[in-house]
Amino acid sequence: MTDTFILIPGRTTDQGCGISEGKFQDKYQKEIRALQVAPGDMARLGLLEGDRVRLTGEEGQSVEVCITAGKKDELPEGILFIAYGDISSRMMVGDTHGSGMPTSKGMEVTMELVERANVG
Amino acid sequence: MTAASIEANAPTACVPGELKIIEDAVCTFCGCVCDDIDLSVKDNHIVEAKRACVLGKAWFLNHSVEERSSCLIEGRPATLEEGYDRAAKILTEGKYPIIYGLSDSPCEAQRVAVGICDWIGGTVDTTTSVCHGPSGMAFQGVGEVTCSLGEVANRGDMILFWGSNPAESHPRHFTKYSLMPKGLFVPNGRKDRTCVVVDVRRTKSAKAADIFIQIKPKKDFEALWTLRALAKGLDLDPEQVKRDTGVEFAVWQDLMERMKASKFGVIFFGMGLTMTRGKHANTEALLALTRDMNAHTRFVAKPNRGHGNVTGADNVVSWRTGYPFGVNHARGYPRFNPGEYTTSDVLANREADCGMTIACDPMANFSQPAREHLAAIPFIALDTKETPTTRAATVAFSVATYGINTGGTVYRMDDVPIPLRPAFASPHPSDYEVLTQIETRVKRLLGVTG
Repeated sequence: MTDTFILIPGRTTDQGCGISEGKFQDKYQKEIRALQVAPGDMARLGLLEGDRVRLTGEEGQSVEVCITAGKKDELPEGILFIAYGDISSRMMVGDTHGSGMPTSKGMEVTMELVERANVG
Repeated sequence: MTAASIEANAPTACVPGELKIIEDAVCTFCGCVCDDIDLSVKDNHIVEAKRACVLGKAWFLNHSVEERSSCLIEGRPATLEEGYDRAAKILTEGKYPIIYGLSDSPCEAQRVAVGICDWIGGTVDTTTSVCHGPSGMAFQGVGEVTCSLGEVANRGDMILFWGSNPAESHPRHFTKYSLMPKGLFVPNGRKDRTCVVVDVRRTKSAKAADIFIQIKPKKDFEALWTLRALAKGLDLDPEQVKRDTGVEFAVWQDLMERMKASKFGVIFFGMGLTMTRGKHANTEALLALTRDMNAHTRFVAKPNRGHGNVTGADNVVSWRTGYPFGVNHARGYPRFNPGEYTTSDVLANREADCGMTIACDPMANFSQPAREHLAAIPFIALDTKETPTTRAATVAFSVATYGINTGGTVYRMDDVPIPLRPAFASPHPSDYEVLTQIETRVKRLLGVTG
């Protein structure tokens, strides 16, 4: 299973609070390492909460991350959301197209299942 | 702006076991810089932050005194003097030093950092470059029709949020400045306002909106130019508009009619514009739309700024060098060129050979090529907390937290300067103090007198 999506990293309340509580604390680490997938996409692709997937960007950059279901009314199908942090930054490429700003939102990525969630 | 303005606002001493109240303290977590927080302090710990939002509470309640060395050199505890000496040596021996960060430091410290950069002929850049840097470029190209947040609170009757989610990034934005306040010309507060949110996903902010417009990802530019055309009264093909923006043409027509009918419109925009393909071209389109709207009514645009003093960083670097970020001093005079002198590029292109990061975390927030290069060069890091960047630094200073432990000045996102009211003293030095000590040594090593 490999499918193309648009990845949108962004702010979340827990990510913001986690910065103050400490970047090595559980709250922050949990928040920046959860990829939100639209429930419709999860159903279509047979993905389950906690499955581990690999995201691969246009220049071959890739990360592995566990998924969680996005809220149905918030996240449209075809879009993935993740809180700003280490994982989202690894999907950015170095080139800024003369702007100083790497493309950090709206990145085209492929997503493939790596490992099923441990449901036992 | 000198040491005096910091010392004048030094925290008063805490009496062990007694509760101390700091009224109208300033939250520096985000660009709202709320200055109406009442802090309860006991034994050098903030136990309550009245009126603070969820982010502000986390900010105030989690910045206690941390028992760790104020200075680490290559991961080992060192004296501050050793740290200052090593830092100055690193910065003066490099051929291409870069100084980066500054958005969570008071203006007084920012000023010293720019001075160091000038002495060493380096590049100074702030987190603006990976935030609203493209907006800074657009301001230079188009201009900025702007106002203070006080004017928004008193006049704004049409409030748009474009690519911005203040419900999660600036939780008091709605209540303190943009939607709820009862103002001079909007006496009924929220009832007198129309709120529109434009985004690629239905964010938590969309729940506060009267109208939510969900556009196709990466189509902000097309959507903004659709509105520009409507503002000018030009004919458009409805089918093409739908195809390009993902939104019915009639929705854009309705929005434009509402915008024209308003008395004071405000567009708050976020990194949904600046971080997406198009970047400064997206923001230019939004600023041009704002300008166009003034042919019909009063309209302004404001970037929703993230860090507590990122606006101060823009101001200080501008009045020190003439440019807001990404400034190179290698030729002895400042040169500005985003894409060349911005930190993400300088690191990813493997150009810098030493650096100093101040109140920022590029080892977590930059692209992999940029991170790898930063990890390979000697650099100094100043931060209040341990981060991936302080762990990778050659010299790491633990500094006092601005607004909680130290005074100084910060700029709110609408360029209004606000003095800090700190709560309790820290055993760690302020970033102003660390930078001043480093600057003294840099000048000594360079043979600068006076």
